[in-house]
Amino acid sequence: MIETLIQDSNPSFLDYKGRFKGLMGWIFSTDHKRIGLLYLYSMLVFFSVAAILGLMMKLELMAPGKTIMGAQTYNSFFTLHGITMIFLIVVPGLPAVFGNFFLPIMIGAKDVAFPRLNLLSWWIYIVGAFIALSAQFFGDGPPDTGWTFYAPYSFRTGTNMLPAVTGAFVLGFSSIVTGINFIVTMHRMRAPGMNWMKMPLFPWALYGTSWIQVLATPIVGVTLLMVVLERTLQIGFFDPALGGDPILYQHLFWIYSHPAVYIMILPAMGIISEIIPTFARKTIFGYTAIVVSTLAIAFVGYFVWGHHMFTSGMSGVALYTFSILTFLVAIPSAIKIFNWVATLHKASINLQTPFIWALCFLFVFMIGGLSGMVLGALSANVHLHDTAFVVAHFHYIVFGGTGFAFFGALHYWYPKMFGRMYDMAWANIGLAIFFTGFNTLYLPMFFLGMTGMPRRYYDYVEKFHGPNIISSLGAMLMIAGLIIIITNLVRSTRHGVKAEKDPWKGKTLEWTVDSPPSLENFEEIPVVTDHPYKYD
Amino acid sequence: MTNHIHIDEHRDDEGAKTGMWIFIFTELLLFGGLFIVYSVYRYLNPMAFHLAAEELDVFLGTVNTVILLVSSMTIAMAITSIQLKKKGLTLILMGVTILLAIIFMVNKYFEWTGKISHGIFPGSEILHQSSQGEILFFGLYYAMTGLHALHIIVGVGFIGYVMWLVKTDDVKHDDYVILENSALYWHLVDLIWIFLFPLFYLIT
Repeated sequence: MIETLIQDSNPSFLDYKGRFKGLMGWIFSTDHKRIGLLYLYSMLVFFSVAAILGLMMKLELMAPGKTIMGAQTYNSFFTLHGITMIFLIVVPGLPAVFGNFFLPIMIGAKDVAFPRLNLLSWWIYIVGAFIALSAQFFGDGPPDTGWTFYAPYSFRTGTNMLPAVTGAFVLGFSSIVTGINFIVTMHRMRAPGMNWMKMPLFPWALYGTSWIQVLATPIVGVTLLMVVLERTLQIGFFDPALGGDPILYQHLFWIYSHPAVYIMILPAMGIISEIIPTFARKTIFGYTAIVVSTLAIAFVGYFVWGHHMFTSGMSGVALYTFSILTFLVAIPSAIKIFNWVATLHKASINLQTPFIWALCFLFVFMIGGLSGMVLGALSANVHLHDTAFVVAHFHYIVFGGTGFAFFGALHYWYPKMFGRMYDMAWANIGLAIFFTGFNTLYLPMFFLGMTGMPRRYYDYVEKFHGPNIISSLGAMLMIAGLIIIITNLVRSTRHGVKAEKDPWKGKTLEWTVDSPPSLENFEEIPVVTDHPYKYD
Repeated sequence: MTNHIHIDEHRDDEGAKTGMWIFIFTELLLFGGLFIVYSVYRYLNPMAFHLAAEELDVFLGTVNTVILLVSSMTIAMAITSIQLKKKGLTLILMGVTILLAIIFMVNKYFEWTGKISHGIFPGSEILHQSSQGEILFFGLYYAMTGLHALHIIVGVGFIGYVMWLVKTDDVKHDDYVILENSALYWHLVDLIWIFLFPLFYLIT
């Protein structure tokens, strides 16, 4: 009786009755937690579609020659897979879902600085997604340029490029709005006593990410706009026939799209920095070094875009400069790895599912990072450029880094988001299958690339057959793992055991509020006196 | 308790202005992409850019520059007058700003239609017979002044909306941050023109 009374006086954000009911209460809610979940659900839908596309491509590659689709279909599949995964999931993913949900709670605020703008950014995201995906359903066939929209093919091809490029442009706005919102939130709304160096590391990572979103996205925005104008009004920007320079397109595209890689990976690193101390039951090693390396990655990440263009035609000086800068950016990433490992040293580790995700992250992220060094070296790059090696590398970074952190975060904060626990045994089984499948899928692609198999080809010569079979089997295994993981999580929203306030005994502020949190998170704004990771 | 503030009552003028300033950075970078393209192609085609720039009407450009500078002044004066609780004057000054913006657009319209009637527009026969540098110049001219004109339209809408808020007393002497933000945006639009004007009209 008392319990229901308490619940009635202070309902969780999931039960809260606002101005609108049902679905309307979600899509018009300015509550940062509901917006976070809106993003989560939208992304799960897009992710399922794009993952199935990826699986179909792997099935096509299981044997040489045409098996289940032709060249043109394959081209449009990898284009749609890329556009969806990059622009709809990994770029906005971690900030939009977990940033929205947890940033205000972790800094002791009741909401973000601009709640209505926050809702607007979700609407822009959905509109952008529909514009981009509408390209599949009308016009002269689905886009086939790959997600990079390289000039001059992007305005020469007869396929339906316009909606895809416009959609990516619109999605950029959503990203900018979220970035501005987070920066202002962190500057203005930290709880009393929480100075910058007492802020938890996930907000810190979001801070670096937000600056990249704000400062890099406009460049790709205007570049995509130029492609749109080039296609519609025949204004010459990149068309050699009109005096334009296609290489300039590549520069402008990668000036954004390389920093975008750090938009993807920085929040992932932030999440790992949260999970590790909680389960190591120990203060994070080198808090300051992690903060500084976050900002260093955000900064140096701006100056390495040229390493995507080593074979496109640049001066020797430019090549060397971009190569050395690429090596430099690995240093702050390595600092973080050492910090995490040092945190584990002599710790009393509580081996739970989120922590295992973090360990798997470390494993795959190191493979991804070190293979990136191979590609950053000029001589190796000439050999490996546009081969399956590159595909393996960025899937280890983007899927292995951001994707693993995404699922790690989902398992870490799930009790807080939904107020229930998931089934640990199934979560671990799913993770084991997924992890095995992931490595079986992508490791052979390193060897394929080394021996010369190009990327983006639907066909190959007989000598690549063996590794491709292994890789395709890995894809099926990985999808099976994903199905187990997602089914377990979805099922547990109804059938899971009720979660406590602090199931993992974490120390950051989100573990001091109810599970799930009430509408305003905190009855009273907390006063922070201590470091965020105070374990003893 | 002072800490017990409902989210709906949350008001942070400093935060709102910080957000606007960051947004202005993004706008500058948006045009920055076009400025990069301009400078690269100007470097590659100096002679053609020189010849093409002489086609533009420096007089009309100068008039439009003066108009925008004055409009920036009137919107800044509107902020001062709302601080002095002069609602009527604020509305007049904002109205003048919008009027000047409209005059700017009318000038722009004559300038563009003049060019188009001479057959100078992207994809036209005449332009296709010119050198590649001239094609690039006029492509950039239409794209950059066009994007700028789009910003003028958005700015007029923004200022018009704030005028409505002033009229209904939702914006008043102790709560006028949205007016300041609309003015900041208007100064940005002005600033970008300050760069476009010499790049297209003056450097020949």
